[in-house]
Amino acid sequence: MATSENKLAFDGGWGYDPAPESMDHIDIKSRYGLFINGDFVKPEKGKYCDTINPATEDKLSRVAEASAVDVDKAVKAARAAYRGPWGRMKLAERSKYIYRIARIIQERAREFSVIESLDGGKPIRESRDIDIPLSAAHFFYYAGWADKLEYAFPGRTAKSLGVAGQIIPWNFPLLMASWKIAPALACGNTVVLKPAETTPLTAMKLAEVIADAGLPPGVVNIVTGAGAAGAAIVNHPGVDKVAFTGSTNIGRMIQKSLAGTNKRYTLELGGKAANIIFADAAIDQAIEGIVNGIFFNQGHVCCAGSRLFVQESVADEVIAKLKDRMETLIVGDPLDKNTDVGAINSAMQLNKIQSYLKIGQAEGGDMHQSSCRVPKKGYWCRPTIFTGVSQSSRVVQEEIFGPILAIQTFRKYDEALTKANNTPYGLSGGIWTDKGSKIFNMTQKIRAGVVWANTFNKFDPTSPFGGYKESGVGREGGLHGLDAYVKLGAK
Amino acid sequence: MSADRIAVAKTYKMYIGGKFLRSESGRYFTLEDKKSNVIANICRGSRKDFRNSVVAARGAQLSWAGASAYLHGQILYRIAEILEGRREQFVAELVLQGVASRTAEKEVSQSIDRLIYYAGWSDKYQQVFSAVNPVSSAHFNFSVLEPTGVVAIISSDDSSLLGLVSNIAAAIVGGNTCIILASEAKPLCAVSFAEVLHASDVPDGVVNILTGFRSELTEFFASHMDVNAIIYCDGGKAAAKTVQALAANNIKRVIARNRVDWSGDAANPYLIRDTQEVKTTWHPIGA
Amino acid sequence: MTVTTAKKSRRLPDLSRTLVVDEVGVNERVARFQSRSIKKSSKVEALKLILSMIDLTTLEGQDTPGKVQQLCQKAIHLHNSMPGLPHVAAICVYPTMVGVAKEALVGHDINIASVATAFPSGMSALKVKLDDTRMAVKAGATEIDMVISRGNFLGGDYRYVFDEIVAVKEACGDAHLKVILETGELGTLDRVRKASMLAMSAGADFIKTSTGKIQPAATMQVTLTMLQAIRDHYHDTGRMVGMKPAGGISTSKLAIHYLVMLHETLGNAWMTPVWFRFGASSLANDVLMQLLKQSTGLYQSPDYFSKD
Repeated sequence: MATSENKLAFDGGWGYDPAPESMDHIDIKSRYGLFINGDFVKPEKGKYCDTINPATEDKLSRVAEASAVDVDKAVKAARAAYRGPWGRMKLAERSKYIYRIARIIQERAREFSVIESLDGGKPIRESRDIDIPLSAAHFFYYAGWADKLEYAFPGRTAKSLGVAGQIIPWNFPLLMASWKIAPALACGNTVVLKPAETTPLTAMKLAEVIADAGLPPGVVNIVTGAGAAGAAIVNHPGVDKVAFTGSTNIGRMIQKSLAGTNKRYTLELGGKAANIIFADAAIDQAIEGIVNGIFFNQGHVCCAGSRLFVQESVADEVIAKLKDRMETLIVGDPLDKNTDVGAINSAMQLNKIQSYLKIGQAEGGDMHQSSCRVPKKGYWCRPTIFTGVSQSSRVVQEEIFGPILAIQTFRKYDEALTKANNTPYGLSGGIWTDKGSKIFNMTQKIRAGVVWANTFNKFDPTSPFGGYKESGVGREGGLHGLDAYVKLGAK
Repeated sequence: MSADRIAVAKTYKMYIGGKFLRSESGRYFTLEDKKSNVIANICRGSRKDFRNSVVAARGAQLSWAGASAYLHGQILYRIAEILEGRREQFVAELVLQGVASRTAEKEVSQSIDRLIYYAGWSDKYQQVFSAVNPVSSAHFNFSVLEPTGVVAIISSDDSSLLGLVSNIAAAIVGGNTCIILASEAKPLCAVSFAEVLHASDVPDGVVNILTGFRSELTEFFASHMDVNAIIYCDGGKAAAKTVQALAANNIKRVIARNRVDWSGDAANPYLIRDTQEVKTTWHPIGA
Repeated sequence: MTVTTAKKSRRLPDLSRTLVVDEVGVNERVARFQSRSIKKSSKVEALKLILSMIDLTTLEGQDTPGKVQQLCQKAIHLHNSMPGLPHVAAICVYPTMVGVAKEALVGHDINIASVATAFPSGMSALKVKLDDTRMAVKAGATEIDMVISRGNFLGGDYRYVFDEIVAVKEACGDAHLKVILETGELGTLDRVRKASMLAMSAGADFIKTSTGKIQPAATMQVTLTMLQAIRDHYHDTGRMVGMKPAGGISTSKLAIHYLVMLHETLGNAWMTPVWFRFGASSLANDVLMQLLKQSTGLYQSPDYFSKD
């Protein structure tokens, strides 16, 4: 039992000097056009907007704003490539093109990592060790499926769908682009992809990779822009399939606007995952699991473990250890190799998070934040936990998308299960226990698409990811991730 | 090649445990072209060379099987990259051994693509061939594939490179290690392929390549008690029966690939499954 | 941070209730420590701290007075051209060499640690082990590094192991006691945790990973497990216990990873040779090389550092 007098001290003492990642080898152009039909072209209305570094608020570059006319151009280019070189290509040759993309990403990995952190705010350690390697691995994995689809769908022929319109979020920019483009291409489709407004740069660098890999023009088109450009893609009659990752609200709107059309769609939406710790868990490793669950990527993760359920007999110990661990998290410059928690992606997102901090306290929750200093400029939020909240609190029910954890206790497993499932979301969940039979029991009963037992936030290109209920429909990754990009017919 | 410069002739050795070695017996045989010119002296591998290869293969197998599927795929892809970079050498060697030039080009291209094909299976065959079994008791029950272990392979004569590459790739992508006896009529590509493997991050002992006479070595390939599976690609009924009978000593898995269209149907994942075991695990589901 | 007087809790804890440890989780946490980038003045500070934490060790059957004297000389005088270096924490030798070390170190504030209790195997009668301890203390050892009886531990006879530690602690008198768990023989992190708890409850002043005589010796994984046990013991009893990883730490880079791990697990109070030691022989020269590189900007050669 942790007593409050015997506290550990992490403040003062030995500090880590800045360890900045070197940036002199990267290339960011001052302005990017739209990548359509194999080239960077000017936007029809000639409008560009800034993309900034959320840690410093400095401008990094300007990217084009696609209009409906630009989107139309892109879709037509994708259609021509689909009917033409890509559609007619031998499957093994398609596979080799996708392998090239993977290889070049590996070769340019460090540059990609630095730009990802600059543009989005995530720590360089995460973009370097997780985002970029997973992105390359995703292309590697799906490249291999291109000439093997007959084995993925026994008894059926799998045909491509046509042009895929894809809209991705700002939390894992390059990784989300890989999750969308790789399977689409592997199944023989062509692509029009729109990156998020605040994080377009690694998508632009990916466009360069695609051009360097020699893919026929029009196979992949990347158009930057805001919500209107996204809507233009979704609603374009020349798009056969829509793939969206983002908030549940937008996902709802997209599903509505596709009603009455023949378009296929997959949606990967929000979540409010329950992370459940039993008394018989490996407690110290469970603490790491909590930290990885909610503070990884500043909590900008749809499958974040944002609700903690801890069995009451170990609650004090867990919370005390969690608070200690939070003190060792370094919040700061994303380009510093020691940073654990980077910048919040945008002013808008920071405002949203801060309003939830107020709501949580107003609801009677006890808020505790780590005591680290944060820089003056830029968008920052300290790792935060709320205790004294309950199932009906807004901070427990609503997705915040920040480094904020809501903590509740439970006594028996069915109580934890009921509360874990008591949400319209169903993306992910976590269970921490040393008992195998309890794991398989809980994983069977948790209504979520991804369940992590004794781990959290683990991703792999071979492992399907996606939600139940309002967390979305469809799976990305693995064998099951192919479903979204084929139509099945009789043999 | 200018008239006043003589070429440095290549010595063709075998590849055992990551090293290029001559036969411990010191024996050789000459490979001649159609005009009876000597192309090269080829090592005549002995049973002791085979025995040493098995030791190397066994020593490497656990850690090779323990590497991730992703790594297996990366290494096979790398082998393809290196082979692509050396294609002229391989085409020339095939031509030297009597293959028509256009056929040689095609065989080398197919071999490179075959490696890519199997690289792509590394992290997928498990998904296709595994199963979660809906048993009627309160148990979580799943079946996965595991590599059988050390695989001995006797090549066919008709395919110097493509058959070799297909057999090796299908075996090692699944976590096995192997010892392969090269084609007797066209052994050069096998030896040069060893150089490609050596340059491709393939750990020592994962692939061992011997040259020599099938008639001498088949019985040892088939009877060694520490070999888990034997693949044979040639020979008539009598040879087949010998292999099958000797393999029975340790219930070796016997796989016949003697009428395979290396150019066509040899690109399929069942060649991987041939050298895999199935393991089924049960665990209670409860509180 | 004040050091509370050790509350001598001598009750064998209920070891059936020790925390389980998940190895994969531990490996991931260790990987995070290893990805820390320690540079510039924080690196220099770390290197100097590491030097001050080293127990300079020689434990070979072929040790002679001459060898031990040279080691003591190194302990006193690490390098010619770098002023203001801290001295190492201690010398660590076999009991028969303690007298030699004591004489060589007269007038210097360096601890004399002696292994004891039939090091390294511990396979001897209790009486022999206690005599071994007393002899070393009498010869001048200020610290005793004992080994636990691994056979008894693995067989589940925790009472025996506990009582043995209590007895050795008593035989130490004023010398402080480090208890070597020999983690390489314990097999799992669960057992490392259990052994840590047992040793601390029995009165260990320090817990130590290894004898350095078998592989694996110290690893970051076992050290993290032990540090977490120390932390829990501190929360439960208010008593601080020290940590000593020994064997296999021969590079500054690795030693700095350990320091990061210590810092982020136990915090500032443990960041001193009073509570943390490195059991090492060749680490000192690598630290000196790195220090010289930091101050001159030039990569160094081993030729410029004495091999004692």
